[in-house]
Amino acid sequence: MPNYKDRPPLSYYRTALPGVDYSELQGKLIVIEGPDAVGRSTQIRGLKPWLEELGHAVLDTGMARSALAGKGIKEAKQGNTLGPVTMTMYYLTDFADRLENEIIPALRAGVVVLTDRYIYSVMARALARGENRAWMERTAGFALVPHATFYLRAEVQHLVSRVVVGRGSFDYWESGLDTRFGRNMHDSFVRYQSRLIRVFDSLAEPYGFEVIDATRPPVEVFESLKASVARIFDAPERSQAEQLRKPAQRVQSIRAAKAAGRRD
Amino acid sequence: MPSFLPNRGPGRLIIVEGIDGSGKSTQIALLSQWLRLRGFAVAFSEWNSSPLVKETTRRGKKKEMFTPTSFSLIHATDFADRMERYILPLLKAGAVVCADRYAYTAFARDVVRGVDRAWVRNLYRFALKPDLAFYFKVPLETALGRILGGRNALKYYEAGMDLGLSRNIEESFRIFQGRILAEYESMIEEMGFHVIDATKSIESQQQEMRNIVLREFGTVRPPGVLGVDLNAARLHA
Repeated sequence: MPNYKDRPPLSYYRTALPGVDYSELQGKLIVIEGPDAVGRSTQIRGLKPWLEELGHAVLDTGMARSALAGKGIKEAKQGNTLGPVTMTMYYLTDFADRLENEIIPALRAGVVVLTDRYIYSVMARALARGENRAWMERTAGFALVPHATFYLRAEVQHLVSRVVVGRGSFDYWESGLDTRFGRNMHDSFVRYQSRLIRVFDSLAEPYGFEVIDATRPPVEVFESLKASVARIFDAPERSQAEQLRKPAQRVQSIRAAKAAGRRD
Repeated sequence: MPSFLPNRGPGRLIIVEGIDGSGKSTQIALLSQWLRLRGFAVAFSEWNSSPLVKETTRRGKKKEMFTPTSFSLIHATDFADRMERYILPLLKAGAVVCADRYAYTAFARDVVRGVDRAWVRNLYRFALKPDLAFYFKVPLETALGRILGGRNALKYYEAGMDLGLSRNIEESFRIFQGRILAEYESMIEEMGFHVIDATKSIESQQQEMRNIVLREFGTVRPPGVLGVDLNAARLHA
């Protein structure tokens, strides 16, 4: 179980965004990740009012919802010509737009940002389709390191039953049919989602995911999530002591990182 | 040198780069025509032309929504779409693909916009390495004269207005193009550009390009490269 108290203030993974002062970001960034049909949106629908009840302002956002690229992505998915690299790039455009125009301004204002999927889903979909991991990680390196990432995990058979019971049919993209993982939608879904799960599993440790067993009933999952989210707020707000001790040092390190980014 | 993917052919990829007003589009059009007349199957691809992202780009430009990063990424999306659906399959089929601007445009423009140099070079690692890359070297004032004389409707992003360099759009365009020019110049050696002196006459620039093509590709159509008739594909300088 990660110790949220030790999380550093919000910063980027590898590459600073031009024009962002990271020391201004006061809110919390909470990510819900996991494969398709695992129940992420159900949980977010519960978490948002719960956080608001506790007095937090909450922004909820999610993949392909950007003002810039959301519509374009939906249209592109209607056709049958969206290649894997193009898809990755389009999702990254969507992500960058939401990060810079929604998430960062909200964090600056001290809002709790609850996001349904994050850069990890973009990475996972690319890696499941065979793209190079080092390339993907460098490309995604402008993402903010969240305060917490909850990975809702379930085995693929669980996802299959949720799709069949809940929706009644398989989705083209969720089945990875663009890359033909199997001879029919069911087989393709199983193979593609199994790959996605393996990729998410491989991201869990390096990116500090907290794994939540999502095979349990939704109410139990919700209780686990609440307990974990509460711990983020239990952590002393970038403790007073730390703020007194370290701001100069922190600003310096951000400046140094920015300068380094410009140089190489 | 960014680690582009090798073009495993059998087709050939020829690209042109240079600032606005350097005359590169005229030259690549003439070169395509010349190759076509010699029997080659020639395809043409232009920067920022994919129908897939057209609406998104239009929306972003109209509402001035772009940040340097999202501007960089939407152009990479456009490029990826053209690469996956058009350039790569045509090269595999054996066509000569001529591209007006390539990843180097992003390396120059995006860096001027403040995007991290190493990041944008990594971003385009899915691109194929061109077989021939021409850079049209031109003094800033010459290029500006061609552009500013010819049309007066400079657009917001084209002029780099998003950078806040100047409130005057023409002045902003001058500064922006000057910085892009400096980025290109610093790339020449790293990228192995064939430098064409774009102050020379159109005819002599074209002759130089044709000479380079003949020198690099040979006078006979290479095996696997598509064309209408093998005899007709003999090149004459």
